[in-house]
Amino acid sequence: MESKINRYSKQLILINSLFIIIWLVVSVFPFIWTFWGSFKVKADFFSRADWMFAVTGFNTLIETGDTSTIKAYVESWTEGEFWKATMNTAIITVSVVTISLFLGTLGAYALSRSTYKYTFWILIAALIFRAMPHITLVSGYLFPFFQLNVWGILPTTIIVLVAINQPFTLWLLYSFFKTVPKELDESALIDGCSYFQAFRYVIMPVMWPGVVTAGLFSMMLAYNDFTVTSLLLNQENYTMVPKINAYLGTIEHSGNYMWAVSSVVSATAPLFMIIMFFQRQLISGLTAGAVKG
Amino acid sequence: MPHKTFFWFFFPSGLAMLLFIGLPIISSFFQSLHIEPEQILMEVEKCDPFGCKTETKVDIEATSKLQEEQPLGRFNGLGTYGDRNHLAFDQIKEAWSNSSSMSGFIDILLNLPFYKALLFTLTFCFAVTPPVVVLGFIVALSINTLTKSLKGPTIFGVILPMIVTPLIGSLVLFWMIDAKGILGATIQYLFDDPNLSLKSSSQLTWITLIIYGIWHNTPFAFVVFYAALQTVPQDPIEAAIIDGASRYERVRHIVIPHLYPVATFIILICLMDNFRVLEPIIGFAAEGVAQSLSWMIYNDLRSENKMLFGSAGATSMLTIIGVAFLLTPVLIRTWREFRTER
Repeated sequence: MESKINRYSKQLILINSLFIIIWLVVSVFPFIWTFWGSFKVKADFFSRADWMFAVTGFNTLIETGDTSTIKAYVESWTEGEFWKATMNTAIITVSVVTISLFLGTLGAYALSRSTYKYTFWILIAALIFRAMPHITLVSGYLFPFFQLNVWGILPTTIIVLVAINQPFTLWLLYSFFKTVPKELDESALIDGCSYFQAFRYVIMPVMWPGVVTAGLFSMMLAYNDFTVTSLLLNQENYTMVPKINAYLGTIEHSGNYMWAVSSVVSATAPLFMIIMFFQRQLISGLTAGAVKG
Repeated sequence: MPHKTFFWFFFPSGLAMLLFIGLPIISSFFQSLHIEPEQILMEVEKCDPFGCKTETKVDIEATSKLQEEQPLGRFNGLGTYGDRNHLAFDQIKEAWSNSSSMSGFIDILLNLPFYKALLFTLTFCFAVTPPVVVLGFIVALSINTLTKSLKGPTIFGVILPMIVTPLIGSLVLFWMIDAKGILGATIQYLFDDPNLSLKSSSQLTWITLIIYGIWHNTPFAFVVFYAALQTVPQDPIEAAIIDGASRYERVRHIVIPHLYPVATFIILICLMDNFRVLEPIIGFAAEGVAQSLSWMIYNDLRSENKMLFGSAGATSMLTIIGVAFLLTPVLIRTWREFRTER
């Protein structure tokens, strides 16, 4: 009965579908275009004569004998040492996610269970820290890191990214632990557990949904970071994003513009796969702070 | 939870934040008070058959020795803040007394690097945010009407611009907008102007950057609005239907008021995130015409042999002051929320 009154009119459905289709094209088409173009040569992807060449692969056929080529991929991964950048990204991402979840769960659990007033001020401080532009922090790191001789190596970057990530992880897990009933661990305490045992045996088994969401955001931060990695790592240790920027910038690679295009595809593909699996957690995390208000 | 237990649980996380977020801010401030050491000059008398000349030369040995003694450079107080590349007090004073009209003064003012960057940063923030909120809301409304099986894939497609890093996102668009790319060529064809390029004038570059900003930020607004739409109470809507309210009236008078707090949240986060705009400028290769505050810092730190720590530190401090202005409403909001919870 209710659904009948609430039915959408035909025009509305039409306009609505049109709008969604246009919006989907706007969002997705650039990626499809880049993916398709990465299998062409530069003369096609940036075609002076006709952009249709990027679709048909006119020059690619002349240069390589086929309408699509994986030359750019092969070259950027071997000659351009993109494999190294991929490995560095993998090391950084895995370490950052593991460490920041370890620190974050402990800290957020304590914040959610303590009734003292200082927890409030800690959360406010975390909010202020979260708002600091990363580049201003980097400008504070460089000088001390040079003096201590720890600039340019992966462990420094990992610790820095973990720290930068903490405020958001704390807030996310704090609001998650608030939804876990207090009685659960309180009863464990009454039964004689220490706080750590209550955390280990009672809270840990039920905290995984929140941890997956927090982990997803840590992963995106570490994987996507440009500001910190490009300024704190030396060129041999570059991760994927600064590496792509390096392909564009130097004269040495100017002939290999397609390296950047193919690397963009190589760098984006794994991210899209992961998001496809964990879309639900991503959305629940983004809304955790917002919808309460 | 007793203080001691709390301390040990929170210690690792707190230490990390203190060491790598708290300290760098202090270190940045400390750096901003210093300036790179001047090169020590020495006079060398050079004699050749035509006579003797004194030349001034850089004393490399003494300079490098000084650098070792004072790696941060010499103390400069707040001098860096007032120099030409930052607040430029002298230049403003001069422009104020020399320029005959207000517009002439503003012209000079906006050509000073710091004010130029500030203008771009603020324009970017305030031009991107309103369309993001409106578009995010419309997309959320229309996706909410889809059948369940279509929702998942559609949402995945719509959030893609948000999950790629800004550098990659801007590159992907930049390659299409390039005069030799698909969009650039189409625009030239539409306007029948073979020399039209979005890179050719500063206004067009700004517009391109702003469009990129909208493209990148709308998914975030969409996701938050979409989740909030699921919490809209159904009873008032049913009552409104019975009272004969049209769809538009229902959205206008029930849904939108319910979403106001969410909208302010989105606006604040959007302003704060866009205030640090940096990667799109690099991706679009727009350094020539569009500089942001973050880009100024990046530029000071980029060259490996001569980093301008003092200048970067001063810009960082000024940026943090800007962030503080934007952050205040967020803090007030959070504080209120906490008070009502207790």
